[in-house]
Amino acid sequence: MATKGIREYDAKRMLARFLPEYSSSVSYEGKVAMVDPTTDFKDLVNAHPWIENQKLVVKPDQLFGKRGKNNLLLIDASFKEAQKWIKERMNKEVTIEQTTGKTKGVLTHFLIEPMVPHKDEFYVAIRSSRTGDTIYFSMEGGVNVEENWNKVKEINIPIGKTINDIDIKGQLPSDLGTNLAPVADFVSALHRIYERLHFTYLEINPFTVVNNNIIPLDTVGKIDDTASFEARSDWGNIDFPASFGMESRPEEQVIKELDEKSGSSLKLTILNPEGRVWLMVAGGGASVIYTDTVVDLKQMKELANYGEYSGNPKTDETQVYAETILDLMTRNKHPEGKALLIGGGIANFTDVAKTFTGIINSLKKYKQKLIDNKVKIFVRRGGPNYQEGLQMMERLGDELGLPIQVFGPETHMTKIVPLAIEALGLNK
Amino acid sequence: MAKKPDYILFDKDTQAIVYNYQQNAIQRMLDFDHACERKTPSVACIVNPSRDGIHKAFFGTSEILIPMYRTLEEATKKHPQADVMINFASFRSSYATSMEALLNDNIRTVGIIAEGIPERRTRELAEVARQKNKWIIGPATVGGMVAGAFKIGNTAGTIDNIIDSKLYKQGSVGFVSKSGGMSNEMYNIIARNTDGLYEGHAIGGDRYPGSTLVAHLVRMNKNPDIKILVCLGEVGGEDEYQIIDAMKKGEINKPIVCWVTGTCAGMFSSGVQFGHAGARADSNRETANAKNEALKEAGAIVPESFDDFGEKIHKTWKKLGINETEVAKPKVAMDIKAAMAQGLVRKPSNFICTISDDRGEEVTYNNMPLSEIINEGFGIGGVISMLWFRKKLPDYCMRFIELILMVCADHGPAVSGAHNSIVTARAGKDLISSLVSGLLTIGPRFGGALDGAAQSFSEAMDNKLTPFEFVTSMKKKGSNIQGIGHRIKSVQNPDIRVTIIKEFAKKHFPNCDLLDYALEVEKITTSKRNNLILNVDGCIGICFVDMMRSCGAFTTDEANEYVKIGALNGLFVLARAIGFTGHYLDQKRLQQPLYRHPWDDIAFM
Repeated sequence: MATKGIREYDAKRMLARFLPEYSSSVSYEGKVAMVDPTTDFKDLVNAHPWIENQKLVVKPDQLFGKRGKNNLLLIDASFKEAQKWIKERMNKEVTIEQTTGKTKGVLTHFLIEPMVPHKDEFYVAIRSSRTGDTIYFSMEGGVNVEENWNKVKEINIPIGKTINDIDIKGQLPSDLGTNLAPVADFVSALHRIYERLHFTYLEINPFTVVNNNIIPLDTVGKIDDTASFEARSDWGNIDFPASFGMESRPEEQVIKELDEKSGSSLKLTILNPEGRVWLMVAGGGASVIYTDTVVDLKQMKELANYGEYSGNPKTDETQVYAETILDLMTRNKHPEGKALLIGGGIANFTDVAKTFTGIINSLKKYKQKLIDNKVKIFVRRGGPNYQEGLQMMERLGDELGLPIQVFGPETHMTKIVPLAIEALGLNK
Repeated sequence: MAKKPDYILFDKDTQAIVYNYQQNAIQRMLDFDHACERKTPSVACIVNPSRDGIHKAFFGTSEILIPMYRTLEEATKKHPQADVMINFASFRSSYATSMEALLNDNIRTVGIIAEGIPERRTRELAEVARQKNKWIIGPATVGGMVAGAFKIGNTAGTIDNIIDSKLYKQGSVGFVSKSGGMSNEMYNIIARNTDGLYEGHAIGGDRYPGSTLVAHLVRMNKNPDIKILVCLGEVGGEDEYQIIDAMKKGEINKPIVCWVTGTCAGMFSSGVQFGHAGARADSNRETANAKNEALKEAGAIVPESFDDFGEKIHKTWKKLGINETEVAKPKVAMDIKAAMAQGLVRKPSNFICTISDDRGEEVTYNNMPLSEIINEGFGIGGVISMLWFRKKLPDYCMRFIELILMVCADHGPAVSGAHNSIVTARAGKDLISSLVSGLLTIGPRFGGALDGAAQSFSEAMDNKLTPFEFVTSMKKKGSNIQGIGHRIKSVQNPDIRVTIIKEFAKKHFPNCDLLDYALEVEKITTSKRNNLILNVDGCIGICFVDMMRSCGAFTTDEANEYVKIGALNGLFVLARAIGFTGHYLDQKRLQQPLYRHPWDDIAFM
């Protein structure tokens, strides 16, 4: 649980819904329509009648920017043209280029908005930090805002203060002229919305003002999903899409859903399903260190997954978690076998024997597949009831006829990583 | 009491208020106290919003009572010396309760355990703590500790780990990390490589923890008893740069061994969220490699990887030439439960159960998992046979049990039991009271004839009395034959329920010796009076004996035993509970008022 990116569509929808509550002088019509693989264009027209009688802008809405540069922006199009453009691209794989590098992914969500001819391109963003929120504003928004960063005004709202305590108007550039009042009002309202909906980042770049109407042209939003219990109804029906190119696999989805329902933490990211080193590590901190160690030993390409379970998960939760991993790792055989690392630090309160019971149940279930796949198992763990847990693992090795090496707190936590790599012959 | 220096968060006198009823964590704190030879328990009291009272816990081998209050306000008033609040409230209510603690003058440190408090809220908490010069450990953490003095909740785990990691005595290393899970691992590493921990904190993996790594390091730097600082950082955030700033300003001038985890993150394409919310680099500066480099440059001792962290700590400590103070390992009493789990003690059990077991994944009835019982269509008759007789009876027996339940489920509102249930329901009582009031009438005169008939008829037959001799002997004793006679029904007007039972028995049972015997008895009694028929109670009791004796699942002794200990009565009670419940619901549905018996129906004399 943490900060999650949301779709531009959702960010704009929220803006349209809440702007009237916090501003009486400016408004935003919220003309946005979303197309996903299940959308029926006839229904879309019914829900958004404007779509047929004005020129449109269409772009993918999947948490990536620079859509113009990547030739994924359709402007000044009729609805008919928009449909054709979307159909040509829906469910197609594309490679996009961003500041962070190239990413490959499948297009599944498109945003349709009215085309608005405009002169001004303003920039506004709000960012959270430990000490408060900062509003960034520039009259020179658009793609070049970063190059002109010296022209960006920063307005701080320290924790404990509200936007009403701050003279926004006085800090915005006076060059705004007649736009000064509506922009100041909009920025204030935007921060109220930011606060109420638990945004952690919100950027509108650019936006323009036409007759006291705010037109957000491009919007990026991130929200803190832990605030769900406070803000769910304000958010409305939103999803938290994976970042582009990281569309989650069904197995990851299973664990995500398990995690959401559980009071404990269960995480799984598949890095390389063909990898030979599989991790099943307890603890948010320990799991990172195990991953570090695999990378340190130059076995990144053999690392199959990142994951962790922590917070004393129930036996059946660890069982589902373990089975998901075992299923993945036994799909394709490798002649030299694979390694499963059941690792972890010394738990504070997680009952080691209990969590191991779930893992052991699933290992028993996958006995034959594990043998067929030549899986070698390495265990290292400490904490409440660890002696019993480790004994259970040792007995299991005999019972299943699988090589299982078991270590407790007297052995350095990551020692099993080099052991596994050696056992797979990867260090040669 | 002399005022403690500001750099001391916890010492041997520190007491805490534990928010929420966390019995295991409380016991672990007390066990730690005992191992440290504290005079007073570290838990002053408990705040439990759902009830007040006391909590009984072990302090060493003796038991103590810890007071429990509903509100923090009351707790702080009654225990003004307690300056730590350990907040186990859920992520939903943790913000409000933590804020209340921060605003309370008595509380100086708040440990927040919950994970998943919104970032906006934790920022507010951190700001209030800063303004009031207070400390927050957390959220999303296990807590922190001062070795040999005080620990928060589950920090450092179980008592054997506390002893293995030398945490019962004061060492000279100050440690801080984000990860709560790793803190315990680090205490172990520190114990193996130095004279042990002085103080350690896990500030939690959130983006905005209530206190920062640097704040603790600067504070611990001031403590003359802390000789080395150890810090385990994490990819994401800028915290480690603040450590560097503090080193440059001289606020940290003791040897500091530091490692930032997450060096692997650079190898992933963007998007991997590690277990901790804050563990995500938003810029190159926030990567683990960048931070490790910067720390090294600033003069921190930085290992090559996590693998040689312990070694680096050892070398740094060795250079200082500290003499380790030896403190004998404390003896700590073990819980019976733990000792038994490890096979160290045994104790006779007070209870025995042979019919069901809920300890496994699924409850079993007579060793058979419930799902199997349902899948194999045991029905309620099968369940009764498993739980009452500990065996799967032949199918017709299970159906016979069900037949009895159906036949005896109700007999109208006028019988004494139903009447009682109705009157009780109308007096405004609940289901259980109404049901029980009806059931309590079951006995020798109402419903109890099943047992009596089964017993007296089988005794007579087993003693080889002819039916005639049996009737005569009963007459001589001057007692009625239980199971014979009906108020309304007679030979000409037979009881359909008796017919159903008899026909079932005749059709399915291998033999019906006792029923045949009873029918002979009936011939004699009905020749005397028309309504001295075998009644439904008698018929059920007698046929049930036939069933048990002929189905092959019981020896004769077993069959007699079941009659003697009331199994038959049980069938009647179970069956009639259905009817009584129905009458209760009926009265409530009809909203019947209090029943008062009319005076004119009572003869006052």
